[in-house]
Amino acid sequence: MSKTLAQQESLEAQAQRKEVKRNLLLSTPALIVLICAASGPLLIMVVFSFLTSGDYGGVKWEWSTEAWFQVAFYRDIFDDTVSIADAHLSILWRSVRLSFLTTLTAFVLGFPTAYFIATRPPETRNIWLFLVTIPFWTNLLIRTFAILEIIRNQGVVNTFLLMIGAIDQPLDMLYTDIAILLGMTYVYIPLMILPIYASMERFDFKLVEAAYDLYASRWKVMKRVILPLVKPGVVAGSILVFIPSLGAYVTPRVLGGGKNLMLGNLIELQFGQGRNWPLGAALSLTLLAIVMIALIVYVRSAQKQGATHDS
Amino acid sequence: MKLAYQSLLAGVALTVSSLALAAGELNLYNWGNYTSPKLIEKFEAETGIKVTITDYDSNETALAKVRAGGHGFDLAVPSHSHLPIWMSEGLIANARVDQMPNFKNVAKEWRNPDWDPGRQYSAPWQWGSVGVMVDTSVYNGDINTFGIILDPPEELIGKINVAPEMNDVISSALLYLGGEACSGDKELLRKVRDKLVEAKPKWKSMDYGVIEKFAGRDLAASLYWNGAAFRARLKNPDVRYGYPVEGYSLWADAVVLLKDAKNVEEAKTFMNFIMAPENAGLMSEFARYANSIVGSEAFMPEDMATAPEVVVPEEFIGAGKFYPTCSPEVQKMYTAIWTELQK
Amino acid sequence: MILRRRSFVIKRMPGFTLLALACFFALYMPLAPLVVYSFNEGNNIALWEGFSLRWYQAAWENQLVQSAAIRSIVVATIASIIATVLATMVALATTRTRPYRGQTIIYAMVNQPLVVPEIVTAVALLILFALIKQATNYHGYAYLVIAHSAFCIPFAYLPIRARLEGMDRVLETAAADLYATPWRAFKRVTLPLMLPGIFAGAMLAFVISLDDVVITEFVKSAGQDTLPTYMLGQLRRSITPEINAISTVLLGISVLMVTLIFFLSRKKTA
Repeated sequence: MSKTLAQQESLEAQAQRKEVKRNLLLSTPALIVLICAASGPLLIMVVFSFLTSGDYGGVKWEWSTEAWFQVAFYRDIFDDTVSIADAHLSILWRSVRLSFLTTLTAFVLGFPTAYFIATRPPETRNIWLFLVTIPFWTNLLIRTFAILEIIRNQGVVNTFLLMIGAIDQPLDMLYTDIAILLGMTYVYIPLMILPIYASMERFDFKLVEAAYDLYASRWKVMKRVILPLVKPGVVAGSILVFIPSLGAYVTPRVLGGGKNLMLGNLIELQFGQGRNWPLGAALSLTLLAIVMIALIVYVRSAQKQGATHDS
Repeated sequence: MKLAYQSLLAGVALTVSSLALAAGELNLYNWGNYTSPKLIEKFEAETGIKVTITDYDSNETALAKVRAGGHGFDLAVPSHSHLPIWMSEGLIANARVDQMPNFKNVAKEWRNPDWDPGRQYSAPWQWGSVGVMVDTSVYNGDINTFGIILDPPEELIGKINVAPEMNDVISSALLYLGGEACSGDKELLRKVRDKLVEAKPKWKSMDYGVIEKFAGRDLAASLYWNGAAFRARLKNPDVRYGYPVEGYSLWADAVVLLKDAKNVEEAKTFMNFIMAPENAGLMSEFARYANSIVGSEAFMPEDMATAPEVVVPEEFIGAGKFYPTCSPEVQKMYTAIWTELQK
Repeated sequence: MILRRRSFVIKRMPGFTLLALACFFALYMPLAPLVVYSFNEGNNIALWEGFSLRWYQAAWENQLVQSAAIRSIVVATIASIIATVLATMVALATTRTRPYRGQTIIYAMVNQPLVVPEIVTAVALLILFALIKQATNYHGYAYLVIAHSAFCIPFAYLPIRARLEGMDRVLETAAADLYATPWRAFKRVTLPLMLPGIFAGAMLAFVISLDDVVITEFVKSAGQDTLPTYMLGQLRRSITPEINAISTVLLGISVLMVTLIFFLSRKKTA
């Protein structure tokens, strides 16, 4: 009896080992590409963040923690007093706020759109999906300029609002945070729609039917039945919109009129005219650390939740 | 005699171009939308050398890429302010531009610039200035001052743009407040910061692409470059370009031969080629900036040869200066001020 | 028939169709001026000066902009295929399995390109690839393709993973019980079920590669401008309607492709 149990256990362990081996094999090609062109180069940046900035861009091979100091603290250029780097903090806060609002707007518009596509007859769904991506065949700069074009004072939006008498003078939207928000939502919305669609497409509407049979309201069905089941898609979409928004560079620069920096612009400045590569490296690693910790905490808790569900 | 020589040349060019493949190639690394296609066509037809153009968008990107190596470019076009850096880092080969046949066409004042004494390394491309553009139908006072941007008159408030160029903006503010560009004077820099922070709420944007906004009258003033001011005036006749009397900075881009160039002879042929008046004229016709070649005016469109944006009026010549890149210490202060301004 | 009608009502959510149509409208409305100005007589993307086809002619004659556009599409196609295949494999390895050592690291590595602003990867790649370029003297497209593939992986991975996460193991287990080899079970059961996720992921990867400016700007060798880097170079001077013309052509091609696929798939189902 005990012997068979042990046997079973070893069989189990064997199966598990086999599965792990399979998983690692499957991951290897992607990891190789990522190490070559993403994580590997990042190590260069880790090294750079501990060096001294070169006189004209680049780095000098002299050990220094100055860059990391500058991430959080500001040494006044005039009287050398040290204070918290409030410029960096306010830029971080603006980026987080705008990225959050972008994600929210993209969700509010993207979720119904994904739902709409997922409830079309199967043979037309791919067409609808294509319709979502067609505008993205023009590149990011073009799309950003398109938004600029429609929200300027004499643009389509203002002309229309003036015509129907909703306003009596043009709204000054261009070069405001609203413009950045609109632009980023426009630029990133497929990143929300497609993952939600991917997880919703297999949705079994019999469940909804059952819920209705139990006299659930539409809102309850949405909240209790549909949303929990498509959660992975919503999470994926939110990650895909929120994180790139944090580091966005082109859209804030063009639509924000460049008056206010976002994180992406701040980091770009260090590698460009600011000629402070170590600070740029340290700033981006800080961003990386914050986001990664958040992601890992999320994954871990999702795993735990999944585990408790399974058992 | 000259005609015979020219037709002989043309004949040679024709035979050469039919052998185009054998004649080699050339990799030019230049600012985007800055290289006249006509110029390249003419060069290819005359020499049979196939030119590949690759774009960059800033001096910093160009420097970073060339410094990293392995880029495959033969020629690049850095600005005068960056040229000494390229030289000190050993990125440029000495092409002996001063000994090229067409060097005789280079105007006297361009033969011995501070950034390339003796002009052995760089062939002149185009040059211009940083000044102010004003729509005179909105404001018709004195426009030859950076006060337009930093202490703007009532009419212009909320209609001002500033080019998003850290160096140009801060240097201009330094000049306005009585200093020199790249000055390390902390008292002055503090004033510059306060002045910029005070002026910023009166600006509408810090952006490129001003020509269409002046044409559509979305903007009424801007700190910008002269070539754009010229093109804006062709769209909106009320636009004028002011040369600030308190001092303004000039810039010049120049073609240099890179040290790791593979097509050295072809590159030198190109450098010599662009110093001929008819070719320099083509260059300016496309990009709308002045060049440094005597006699090229004859090959430019009529409206350019007399444009006050391109030909600096006599009384303002003295105020314009070429400034080198700031020292690393000053650059740090520039960045701190710039970040503070945009936080 | 009755059943169909019933299911239609069940699927309806009040206001959703309206929001979805509004979303589609919002997606296309900004493109209208873009298309309109491609027919502009003047050399300006914001000031109408009359109808003309001159920018189409200019784009047609402009070797630089044409080859840049083609280069963009070729790189995006290759990179998105590579990224999608690799992402599918990783997704299979990181979902629906017992937790194992290294899983979190794999997850973090796959998503890392999302998190680092482009300029940082760009500068790092510049330095790394410059060394390789100097050592091997190879300046081809492989650098662009590998860089694009890398940052496209998370964009392909997340939709595929989202799809897989909710997929039941029942069918695959059933296939295994029927003595299907793992490969056959995968091909016949798992893959078809994953397909919508893969499709969504591939499309995202494609448009993300098409969009990339900064990494391309730093990685490209001589003569490798893509449409976005070509535009970036123009930013300081002013963008001409030539760009509108070429974008309109690209839009046209994509619409054509969609129509083609639509008719092909209809034929298949009919």
